[in-house]
Amino acid sequence: MQFLANPTRFLKIANAALPTVWAITIVLFAIGLYGALVTAPADYQQGETVRIMYVHVPAAWMALFVYTVMALASALALIFRHPLADVAAKTAAPIGAVFCFLSLATGSLWGKPMWGAWWVWDARLTSMFVLMLLYIGYMAIWAAIEEPHKAAMVARVVALVGFINIPIVKFSVDWWNSLHQPASVFRMGGPTIAGPMLWPLLVMGLAYTFLFLALHLTAMRAEIAARKIRQIQIAEIGDR
Amino acid sequence: MKLILALIKRDLTLSLRQGGGIGTALGFFLSVVVLLPIGIGPDQALLARIAPGALWIALLLSVLLSADRIFQQDYEDGSLDIMTMGPVPFEMVALAKAVAHWLSTSLPLAIAAPLLGFLVNLEPSAILPLALAMMLGSIALSLLAAIGAAVTVGLRRGGLLVSILVLPLYVPVLIFGLSASQPGAAPGLTTASLLILGAIALVSLVVSPLASAAALRSYLK
Amino acid sequence: MELVAQDLTCERGGRIVFRNVALSLKPGQLMQLSGPNGSGKSSLLRLIAGLNEAQTGSLTLKGGSEDLSIGQQAHYVAHQEPVKSALSVEENLAFWRDFLGGGDVDDALAAFDLSRLATYPAGLLSAGQKRRLALSRIVLVPRVLWLLDEPTVGLDTSSLERFVKVMEKQLDDGGMIIAATHVPLGREPDLRLELGGAP
Repeated sequence: MQFLANPTRFLKIANAALPTVWAITIVLFAIGLYGALVTAPADYQQGETVRIMYVHVPAAWMALFVYTVMALASALALIFRHPLADVAAKTAAPIGAVFCFLSLATGSLWGKPMWGAWWVWDARLTSMFVLMLLYIGYMAIWAAIEEPHKAAMVARVVALVGFINIPIVKFSVDWWNSLHQPASVFRMGGPTIAGPMLWPLLVMGLAYTFLFLALHLTAMRAEIAARKIRQIQIAEIGDR
Repeated sequence: MKLILALIKRDLTLSLRQGGGIGTALGFFLSVVVLLPIGIGPDQALLARIAPGALWIALLLSVLLSADRIFQQDYEDGSLDIMTMGPVPFEMVALAKAVAHWLSTSLPLAIAAPLLGFLVNLEPSAILPLALAMMLGSIALSLLAAIGAAVTVGLRRGGLLVSILVLPLYVPVLIFGLSASQPGAAPGLTTASLLILGAIALVSLVVSPLASAAALRSYLK
Repeated sequence: MELVAQDLTCERGGRIVFRNVALSLKPGQLMQLSGPNGSGKSSLLRLIAGLNEAQTGSLTLKGGSEDLSIGQQAHYVAHQEPVKSALSVEENLAFWRDFLGGGDVDDALAAFDLSRLATYPAGLLSAGQKRRLALSRIVLVPRVLWLLDEPTVGLDTSSLERFVKVMEKQLDDGGMIIAATHVPLGREPDLRLELGGAP
């Protein structure tokens, strides 16, 4: 981590790694989608609809994973004061929010034939919805505070408080939900997932992870460039 | 008129470029919506029954709490001082800023809210009447919120006070907005309610600039 | 044209800030307002600008426009700068041009040496540069009376020279200036008004 803290060195590594990361992403998606759409069987209960799972479940994983990355980066920024960690946290947020939105949207699409409604306040959905709000709040903080250093300090706190909150929210929502309805309403694809369905799911998960890595590196590069531009502008203005 | 358009354009640009515009208002709207099923339980039939009311209340609160932005910054940096010295009556300035708030926040919310109705199991047939009622009602919501924002502009903690002042003014909008957006209602009732909403908007259009300008002037002194 | 004030008394928060102030200002004259803190320099400027009400007295701009208030024929530059950090320097001025009516943005920027910064976000400006941007508004839109509250705060030597030039142009064109300040303005005032002598 210390090694990466230097933006110049980071940019060098990111520039070198990006083409490879993109290539891996594309290959993984090709394999995963082939498995998901062609080789995997339709579910005996859900029919072809079950294929939404291959888009939906990894998106939900990523939404959680990216928030974890964000919280981790914020913690590093808080402890070691690396400006690059703030950049990492800031740029991860919109990507995570998109994954979160994707999981909500596909869940909703899936829910229509399953429950007969676009939206049901199922425990999982509710938790993901709250996660989406946490993402929005975090991004709003960055947008609301003009001065990047001040924004970074506040955003760290917001990200970490949110992170601590996620399990609590998850627990209370599960409890709230079981209070209202029996827990057996919906179980994803049955208790066990058969091999032909499992491997495309895992490959898709990996593909999403690499997609995130590629997007995140690109976004960080852009953010570093934006900060440089700001610095140059300030410097130019300074000497009138 | 051109001067007023310049002011509206500036306020829209500012709300687009600065954080905390429509995105934050929409986030707030979603937060209120999520609390509802948690509070009353995820019963689809029950949610469907209260959906229009729930969406209306979420809309009222979102508009209200985004309203402090209307005058606050311009008051603090002295822009309002200069605006009183412009060639247009100060009432028009207050009106223009309320219109900018409507365009940048209330109207987008009023369009988005019925579409987000599926979250509370809103009947699809209710989407269109609700959208109509909300778009019409949101005019009055912004104008009335502007009064509240003007009355509390110089106060450090105006947030709660604004709510107490403005929410009572929102009662008629809520009542007729709801009656206009009931899916099963007789067509005559819907039309009549929409007309009343329009009338409320017109009354607000007259009262809001006068009241806001008077309140702002007394703070500027 | 003449700005005449008679017998002005100003009260704020139950305290008399000043009483029985009289002044008269003719075209081409610069008046310097001085006095200790709290003597009512800012209050008097705001009062003339129409942002404040006098308890007693009268204030007229003889020979001015019939339809416009004194405030609408005047510029007021206060301590705060009405500068929006999300807009560029140019956009800030362009708005005031549209709102106050008329004027050339490029000339106004040039008058305070801001042309080079025109496209930068105003949020990045230093305090002195913001001050210059706020001052360039008075060049942008021609108005007969300038009411300036500590206009030179934060200005460096070269900016001060530009400011003096701008003032001299206004006076040569038959304008009037009232400036409240503790420090020399860079130009000898034609008139002085000392507030807060004996209440």
